[in-house]
Amino acid sequence: MSLELSSIPHLEEFCALGGSYSDEQNLQPKDVRTLAERSLHSKKLVNDLDEAIRLSGLRDGMTISFHHHFRGGDYIINMVMAKLAEMGFKDLVLAASSLTDCHFPLMDHIKSGVIRRIETSGLRGKLADAISHGLMDIPVVFRSHGGRAYAIESGELAIDVAFLGAPSCDAFGNANGYSREGDTGIMCGSMGYAKQDAEYAKKVIIITNNLVPYPNAPFGIPESNVDYVVQVPEIGNPAGIMSGATRFTKNPKELLIAEYAAKVIENSGHFYDGFSMQMGSGGASLATIRFLREDMIKQNIKVGFALGGITGSVVELLEEGLVRKILDVQSFDLRAAESLKNNRFHQQISASYYASPSNPGTAVNQLDVVVLSALEVDTGFNVNVLTGSDGVIRGAIGGHPDTAAGASVSIVVAPLTRGRIPTIVNHVNTIVTPGRSIDVVVTDQGIAVNPARPDLKDRLIAARLPVCSIDELRSKAEKIVGKADPILYTDKVVGIVTYRDNSIIDLIYEVKE
Amino acid sequence: MPLDSLIILQEGTRLKIEKTAVAGTMESSDIMVTLSPGSVGGIEIELESSVEKQFGNAIRSTIQDVLTELDVKNAHVKALDKGALDCTVRARVKTAAYRACNCDSYQFGGQN
Repeated sequence: MSLELSSIPHLEEFCALGGSYSDEQNLQPKDVRTLAERSLHSKKLVNDLDEAIRLSGLRDGMTISFHHHFRGGDYIINMVMAKLAEMGFKDLVLAASSLTDCHFPLMDHIKSGVIRRIETSGLRGKLADAISHGLMDIPVVFRSHGGRAYAIESGELAIDVAFLGAPSCDAFGNANGYSREGDTGIMCGSMGYAKQDAEYAKKVIIITNNLVPYPNAPFGIPESNVDYVVQVPEIGNPAGIMSGATRFTKNPKELLIAEYAAKVIENSGHFYDGFSMQMGSGGASLATIRFLREDMIKQNIKVGFALGGITGSVVELLEEGLVRKILDVQSFDLRAAESLKNNRFHQQISASYYASPSNPGTAVNQLDVVVLSALEVDTGFNVNVLTGSDGVIRGAIGGHPDTAAGASVSIVVAPLTRGRIPTIVNHVNTIVTPGRSIDVVVTDQGIAVNPARPDLKDRLIAARLPVCSIDELRSKAEKIVGKADPILYTDKVVGIVTYRDNSIIDLIYEVKE
Repeated sequence: MPLDSLIILQEGTRLKIEKTAVAGTMESSDIMVTLSPGSVGGIEIELESSVEKQFGNAIRSTIQDVLTELDVKNAHVKALDKGALDCTVRARVKTAAYRACNCDSYQFGGQN
């Protein structure tokens, strides 16, 4: 068979053509094994973690990434770091989408030099405490979920090897947070943060305890993004990965806050059929949904889409027909994970789709309303969700600044005081979300509206809600708890807090004891 | 208020710590105050607080103030604080002091 290539008009336009076909050049023999045999001998399927690490080409000083969909039940990070330490790796940059209490063994890898520095959304427990007290030479970089997506997309955070735990995966790398092929008692629902890493990391290793037949559809991570698949006996503790159904709060303060928050939404000018919302997982946020539900039914209003970290409370509304669609970057409980598996209008999305500022149509920009929590809010409406009132790191940025910036009405809910700790203060310890993106602060003792939103203030006053100034809230809090002594710090920077555009919005210093 | 309790304070009877006594719980937003006879003379305060950095000094000075108001001159105070408000600290210290003095003529209300 011989083709006259020169007869193709404008041949110079087709520079990528491979010339004439010939059987001789197609040296790949036809694979005549069964699908079952092919799966068993998939080249991506490696024997163990050692082999996957060696094949990935990981070297000292490189950047490795992890996701936090397993929350407090995660075994992956500690397992992989112990292996990397055993194999003698040094100076690694650990870029996790977030870290929790269960990751305290990282302290040893920091001390021994296996980990040079850390990037994360948050830190908790012993590790957070040690880092706040100067454990690391190089400060931790804190990023929001949207900010991390942007840093990955812009190349500021270049991931060499991603180690991604998955509750199900086939031999060719189609991975997900659940499986229709039967699960092993572990499911995490959405793999939104892992999707991002899988797409951009140079090498991607899926670590699973549940190797299922090809194709593991629907998948969160497609095989085209995956280089190696490792099967291990255990990837996490189901009890820590997923809480059961979240119980409805009985705390009267939270109920009062929730009732106010629901009324704020209803009177915000953004309560219409098809409106969009995101709710946090705190007691007051969950209760807000309940109060809102009654008025949605009364006024025949449905939510167009609900976004974010998804809880069972939002899923209930979907199943009732009060929410049309759910966009899910992270499933907070089993109810949410099961809904993602079973309901086709419950869609899994990546961190970038959720919140990246480099994506103008990003879902957070389509939000009418978001309800957010806070450890502290100051009189400039700046919010801290990262450091405790004692200056020690104890939280995570999450999607706080992303949703606050994107939503038309961003509402922060918080009790005026927690025990003796005031929530409304003169200056927050750490600015995570700038005040210009916060519209309303709802407390049990009153509601403050950002002076930049006189439209909202007028609406809430007309609705006879207890509107006051943020300064009145601050002085009310101080009257109850007294004047707090300032926290003392050394001049050593232990944390760099970035805003979603990768700029630096605040610094965290070592706490002085 | 019974008349004799007024008389006791009007005469300036000094409250004397006779035994170890406790008031308060270890619940959140409470303070557990244990008062014992002092060994060194004067008021000794041993405070463990979940809000030490922000309110440790304020709590110590409140404890001192209440004991001064009650004219207690010699005592050892052990306080385990879980973020109690100032009014709670005052109430617990006062109750512990009365109990430690075997005195049940409580003077409620006001700050004397």
